[in-house]
Amino acid sequence: MRLTVSHETTYRFDPPMRGVVQSLRMTPSVCENQQVLAWAVAAEGAERGAGFRDGAGDWVETITHIGPVDALSVSVTGEVETIDTGGVLKGHRERMPPAAYLEPTRATAPDRALETLARDTVAGIDVGDVLARAHALCDGIEAAIRYTPGQTEHGTTAAEALALGHGVCQDHAHAMIACASVLDIPARYVTGYLFASEEAGGHEASHAWAELFVPDLGWVGFDASNGVCPDGRYIRIGSGADAQEAAPIRGIAQGAGTEALEARVQVDRAAQSQSQSQA
Amino acid sequence: MLSRTAANLFWIGRNIERAETVARLLEVGARNALIPNIGGGFRNEWDAVLQAAGKAEAFKAKYDEPVQRNIESFLFFDQDNPASVASCVEAARENGRIVRTALTGQLWDALNTGYQEMRELKRTERSKLSLSDLTDWTKRHAALVRGAIEDTQLRNDGYDFLYLGFALERGDATARMLDVKYFTLLPEVGYVGSGIDNYQWSTLLRALSSNRSFNWAYGGEVSPGKIVDFLILNRKSPRAIITSAEEAMDHLDRLARGYGRSTEAQTRCRALVGELCELTVSDIFDEGLHEFLTRTINEVAALSDLIHGIYLSGDTR
Amino acid sequence: MGMGQKAGSPQYFNEMYDGAAVRPPYQGLEAWARDMPVDLRTLKQGEAEALFRRIGITFAVYGEGGDPDRLIPFDMFPRVFAADEWRKLDRGVKQRARALNAFLADVYGRGEIIRAGRVPAHLVYRNEAYEKAVVGIKPPKGVYSHIVGIDLVRTGPGEFFVLEDNCRTPSGVSYMLENREIMMRMFPQLFRENRIAPVETYPALLRRTLSSVAPAKCDTPPRVVILTPGHYNSAYYEHSFLADMMGVELVEAQDLFVEGDFVWMRTTEGPQRVDVIYRRIDDAFIDPLCFRPDSMLGVPGLMNVYRSGGVALASAPGAGVADDKAIYTFVPEMIRFYLGEEPVLQNVPTWQCARPDDCAHVIANLADLVVKEVHGSGGYGMLVGPRSTKEQIAAFADKIREKPWNYIAQPTLALSTCPTFVEEGVAPRHVDLRPYCLVGEEVQLVPGGLTRVALTEGSLVVNSSQGGGVKDTWVLAE
Repeated sequence: MRLTVSHETTYRFDPPMRGVVQSLRMTPSVCENQQVLAWAVAAEGAERGAGFRDGAGDWVETITHIGPVDALSVSVTGEVETIDTGGVLKGHRERMPPAAYLEPTRATAPDRALETLARDTVAGIDVGDVLARAHALCDGIEAAIRYTPGQTEHGTTAAEALALGHGVCQDHAHAMIACASVLDIPARYVTGYLFASEEAGGHEASHAWAELFVPDLGWVGFDASNGVCPDGRYIRIGSGADAQEAAPIRGIAQGAGTEALEARVQVDRAAQSQSQSQA
Repeated sequence: MLSRTAANLFWIGRNIERAETVARLLEVGARNALIPNIGGGFRNEWDAVLQAAGKAEAFKAKYDEPVQRNIESFLFFDQDNPASVASCVEAARENGRIVRTALTGQLWDALNTGYQEMRELKRTERSKLSLSDLTDWTKRHAALVRGAIEDTQLRNDGYDFLYLGFALERGDATARMLDVKYFTLLPEVGYVGSGIDNYQWSTLLRALSSNRSFNWAYGGEVSPGKIVDFLILNRKSPRAIITSAEEAMDHLDRLARGYGRSTEAQTRCRALVGELCELTVSDIFDEGLHEFLTRTINEVAALSDLIHGIYLSGDTR
Repeated sequence: MGMGQKAGSPQYFNEMYDGAAVRPPYQGLEAWARDMPVDLRTLKQGEAEALFRRIGITFAVYGEGGDPDRLIPFDMFPRVFAADEWRKLDRGVKQRARALNAFLADVYGRGEIIRAGRVPAHLVYRNEAYEKAVVGIKPPKGVYSHIVGIDLVRTGPGEFFVLEDNCRTPSGVSYMLENREIMMRMFPQLFRENRIAPVETYPALLRRTLSSVAPAKCDTPPRVVILTPGHYNSAYYEHSFLADMMGVELVEAQDLFVEGDFVWMRTTEGPQRVDVIYRRIDDAFIDPLCFRPDSMLGVPGLMNVYRSGGVALASAPGAGVADDKAIYTFVPEMIRFYLGEEPVLQNVPTWQCARPDDCAHVIANLADLVVKEVHGSGGYGMLVGPRSTKEQIAAFADKIREKPWNYIAQPTLALSTCPTFVEEGVAPRHVDLRPYCLVGEEVQLVPGGLTRVALTEGSLVVNSSQGGGVKDTWVLAE
């Protein structure tokens, strides 16, 4: 599937900040699941540098704005040809040992309820059949946390989302990771883009899901928000232990100003078009 | 040099100078309290000291009566008053500790010893301390610090930042004291030229350690014109505003030479010095002493801001 | 005088006396100590204290409150090593420092030692100190831990044991240098009469070591800085002392910023590029964009510059995974695996309470063991069995049962003693040793280290936070 992406994130500061530093993780993964035809990240007026590929295979770069800064805009445009691999991440070069993804973070720490959910969901499935367990978890979480925008926020943990019974893709991915850690399955948070047709139910085009490490297959994606493994509609960008570590933009502004954020994401198929905006 | 290092050196200068100014004010207040209150409607001398230190509001917020003991507590010992002698001495030592490697052993010793002695003073029973013990100690401490700088510090940019701190603080203090004398000490225009007026002028001179120098320079007869000349325009006076401005200019020039670039700070300071060079006493009275002093205080503050922005903030490109 | 109590308890190795005979390295000190009049000793002790106070070398213990300007007690009786004794230590310490660095390069690279089954994966990859952020990143010259402090104890003429490794930012080296300075000032004749190898080359060697690991992108003479958490930190004196002795800037995070491919320092003349940062702050506070986002400390973007090769960090973030007490057990294995050598220095036998068999043994034998927290330091949260009451032991057993993985246990070591000035004269007191090994293009060790002494009679705890003092440490020249 050939997809085009246009993603613009704008920060406004009032009063202006002394300086802004951001770490960007916004370039598609290099793997067999997708072929990048064109991709450009732009941040007008910012100094770019310190780019590198990290241990998990993500391209990371840094932008700095020496103040006073009253606004900053990061825009991404690109075109990617994807193929459906049934969710399996293929041909992705990385150095990270899967075992390094067994320790939960604040956001993915399992509580009693998550532990119970994990164990109940995989009851009866052989410990050795990690793939089956992972699929079961994906279904279990989709049922336990209903997709409902606006109920959770950026800092919501997996445990909180489960208690609430509602959440968005970030909460589903966190819950997947938390449950996987209960079962000693390495798991991580993945960010990317999703092309979703209107009738598919208005998910954000800027998306996130989880990857679990399955022996013999490697990393396999699970999108509990949609109850599927990522296919040709998904573009993979980067990963981390949780949403914060994997975030496309991690930034710090120095100064006393307040920050307003606005993001516009649009993912289109070569011919037809689909768009959304989020604020 | 690290901007933070320069900032701390600058503040060593300002803090030590400020401690000394406050001690001198205390000394004046104590002296005036010994003179019978002869002017009707004439304010409490201690009130005037608080006004001069710019701390009347802060004092009222914490203490009741402006009596000597309270004033002493507030202006000498009080931790909550950032301009108390103790706060300034401790802050200067802390500035020094932060930039320990930029100080000679002697300078650090002087700052540290002052701090240790201040801790001693705080532990001493108050009845065993006379006010003159406290003020003499402060002046001695300030002199030791200056002596250590003069004798031992490398004449590099750090030396210039130390002295810029001293010079700006002193220029500001002289202008403020003159202004307070003019507006606060003297309640009514009718007193101008009266005995009280002259008495207060000589008090001011005393506060600036300039009583005897003034007599030598002007032959004893105190008049507002002479005092304004002495404290603003006379280069022989160590506390004249022009002396402080020229000292600041010297150090800014040294910085510009050393760094190979002149900035707006040099330009601004040069304009101030230039203006002071051209002025006469009658120019000042024509403009109005208060107006002139207000303008000068703002000018010194603007210069301080420029120095901060250019050298101390670290934002220079 | 108290020289009568020469050997002390026979179960401990006395570094000065072999029965009534004085061991060779200490021969130059016997007459000196014997002939020193009590009043001269008191005078010198006072002089030493005044010197320490004056230079401002004080020590503050985290969370203990009290006087932040407290001095660590300095004992004037030196601790001495003969040249041949030191040769062995020198070889052993350097060997260990090399192996620890090889281990770090491996666990952040291909993980061969784990694939080979020599070190369990979970101890490394699930370790709190393991930093995913540096996986696959090659630090300049492949060095992760540039200053390795190895804590050693001695139990016999040729027996040395490593108690613990410090791969992050071992502190205390300023005491090694100042103790020597003060001894030379107070007792110059001792240095004329004995051939004592100098330690004052340390700051120059440290600077050379740090310069040698400047990143490849650095095309000018490298600018080295020391990064301190600030002047409220208990080790601030050491940070400023080292900066002064090396002639480099002592910076706080607020003095640095990232722009483009590099890290810059804010100066009165504008930004200046920084190439090597000897950081004395914890990993968590280096860069809020990478580690603790809630922390306003640190330099935003620093880790990106580091990972893209624009600046060197000493030690590398994540170096702590090598000095963990659970990993400690495997250091001899690392030496064999990476260097193909037999360890020169022995490890203390260690029981991992995480293993059920070990845990049972530990709980059954608590009265004879020393138990430590896996991530603890500074002598806190530990139990010295032979010096504890039944109640203390019982309470500690409960703590172990609650979190077995949090504890390791070791036999109570018979720490050697060294003569020490005490109230009544001279008496044996237990000592340890921390040498500081420098790893850059070369691996170097100055002949000396920090000797800590347990000043309380019979005490085996030498930590300065628990009543320990320090001594000058001599290595006699060949």
